[in-house]
Amino acid sequence: MRSVEPGILEDSKKRSQFVDIWRRLCKNRLAVLGMIVLLILVFAAIFADVIAPYDYAQQDYTALHQTPSLKHIFGTDNTGRDIFSRIIYGARTSLVVGFVSLAVGCLTGCILGAIAGYCGGGIEIAIMGFCDILLAIPQTVLAIAIASTLGTGTVNAMIAVGISSIPNFCRIVRSSTMTVKDQEYVEAARAIGSSSFHIVRKHIFPNILAPIIVQATLNIGKAIIMCAALSFLGLGIQPPEAEWGNMLSSARQFVRDYPHEVIFPGLAIMLTVLACNLFGDGLRDALDPKLKR
Amino acid sequence: MLRYVIRRLLTMIPILLGVTIIIFTMMYFTPGDPARMILGDEASEETVQELREELGLTGSFFERYWDYLSGILRGDLGTSYTTRLPVTEEIAARFPVTFRIACLVCLFSICVGIPAGIISAIRQYSILDYVVTIGAMLGICMPNFWLALLLILFFSVFLGILPPSGLYGWTSYIMPVLSISAATLATITRMTRSSMLEVIRADYIRTARAKGQSERLVIVRHALKNALIPIITVIGFQFANGLSGAVVNEQIFAIPGIGKMMVDAIRARNYPLVQGGTLVIALTYSILNLIIDLIYAFVDPRIKTQYARAKKTRKHAKPAEQLPQEVA
Repeated sequence: MRSVEPGILEDSKKRSQFVDIWRRLCKNRLAVLGMIVLLILVFAAIFADVIAPYDYAQQDYTALHQTPSLKHIFGTDNTGRDIFSRIIYGARTSLVVGFVSLAVGCLTGCILGAIAGYCGGGIEIAIMGFCDILLAIPQTVLAIAIASTLGTGTVNAMIAVGISSIPNFCRIVRSSTMTVKDQEYVEAARAIGSSSFHIVRKHIFPNILAPIIVQATLNIGKAIIMCAALSFLGLGIQPPEAEWGNMLSSARQFVRDYPHEVIFPGLAIMLTVLACNLFGDGLRDALDPKLKR
Repeated sequence: MLRYVIRRLLTMIPILLGVTIIIFTMMYFTPGDPARMILGDEASEETVQELREELGLTGSFFERYWDYLSGILRGDLGTSYTTRLPVTEEIAARFPVTFRIACLVCLFSICVGIPAGIISAIRQYSILDYVVTIGAMLGICMPNFWLALLLILFFSVFLGILPPSGLYGWTSYIMPVLSISAATLATITRMTRSSMLEVIRADYIRTARAKGQSERLVIVRHALKNALIPIITVIGFQFANGLSGAVVNEQIFAIPGIGKMMVDAIRARNYPLVQGGTLVIALTYSILNLIIDLIYAFVDPRIKTQYARAKKTRKHAKPAEQLPQEVA
């Protein structure tokens, strides 16, 4: 009898797992819809220069506060900038800000959570204490306080939103690490003398990836809304940079006379967050069929 | 039970102490000199230095933190740079407004969200269920500051029945509460629905129905009571959303609450007000979480007995734990 090479077996098993998840994801029509909308948004963000009919900062003082027309399909704002173009460029800013702030929070949270869950003892108490302290301040208020310390700007808004989401990730990773670290394969790895870093990276992390991915996809929407809120309050991304939150902020005073200036950027935020959430829900069900109700 | 309350209160102390450290550190490292900002560029260095000393801006990090902390313990949160009034006074005048909004948001979300969730769960896959589910999904995705603008557009501009800004009686609360409620209401509805769906298929519900109990009693007494725990957890989190939402939306409706005060203070680099506002919000949230934890025990007798059992086993377990040390 011919023996199968272990590498091939592992490879096909891995692939079939991904195929399974993908199949389950594709069966969920809402998740597919979310995925398509997200792809369109990413596409619009990447090719904003090509798609947008005007530049995001191009002012036209002969066309202030225009209502939607063929020339400006979403109308123009108080300095005559094309709202449709600004929304497309805004997709770039909002998606980048959402993803980067998520990455900041997720990465820091995962590292801290893994250290806390794996090491235990005093380190765990210190890290979880820190998380409890951050959790005692409502997330948006914390982000506002951090943004006020760091000052305005795109990078600072991302850091502020990222830091405020650290405790969520930290808690999930810690509890998942704790359930995994006593498994036999981790003990086996420890017995053959693997370093702690190696064990966490190679044995623990791949096994706790599912809850992290789920938490991350569900957090993108939140991160996008929070960045928009910071910009709306004037603490995040500043004009003339196109960002949906600051577009709403500058359109706010004209809500009485030119409602279209308020409606479109808000719709853009809502659509993006909706797409993220639908995709996130679908991914959660696909990654863990047991959770599906 | 009393022991649990005391222990829970004691754990709040290090957390709140940590909150003060974090808030102070953030404000300490904020760039810019408030004394210079107040006096302007033309003031002489001596005058600026005098004001720095008066405001307590000189000294090392630890000295200043100690001053700040001892001030808090005395009930002194510092002086506002702009109005020169004590921060506690400024907060005391505004806190009730924000607290009222957050409470109304929670109340509204509970009163509408729980029944909506129950109906949606009982009539799963009906048109009503789809309406509730889609509505909840949209509510979560909608930024509350955008909804606030849409409400102003509808109720103040088109219908002209509600004041768009300011605080004139109870009508001024309607739009802020509605706009902040969207996400909280949606979350509570979704949680109620999924929690009820889980419970409603349990054997004891079938038993209750089999013994001929009316459907209403089955739902309220058997299903809801058991589905309530995760819903209460979510309500606790939603109070934080209510507070945060108030912080953002007070600005839109020009409501003189803590949120508007904080955002205005950030723009004016009025740190004591930002510090005080954040601290008071954190304190309110912590106290609410404590109350939520205590409610658990009342709603779910299992938790109370579990705690009592844990206490008993701990009493017995202690000597066993000490044993290896003694042997060693």
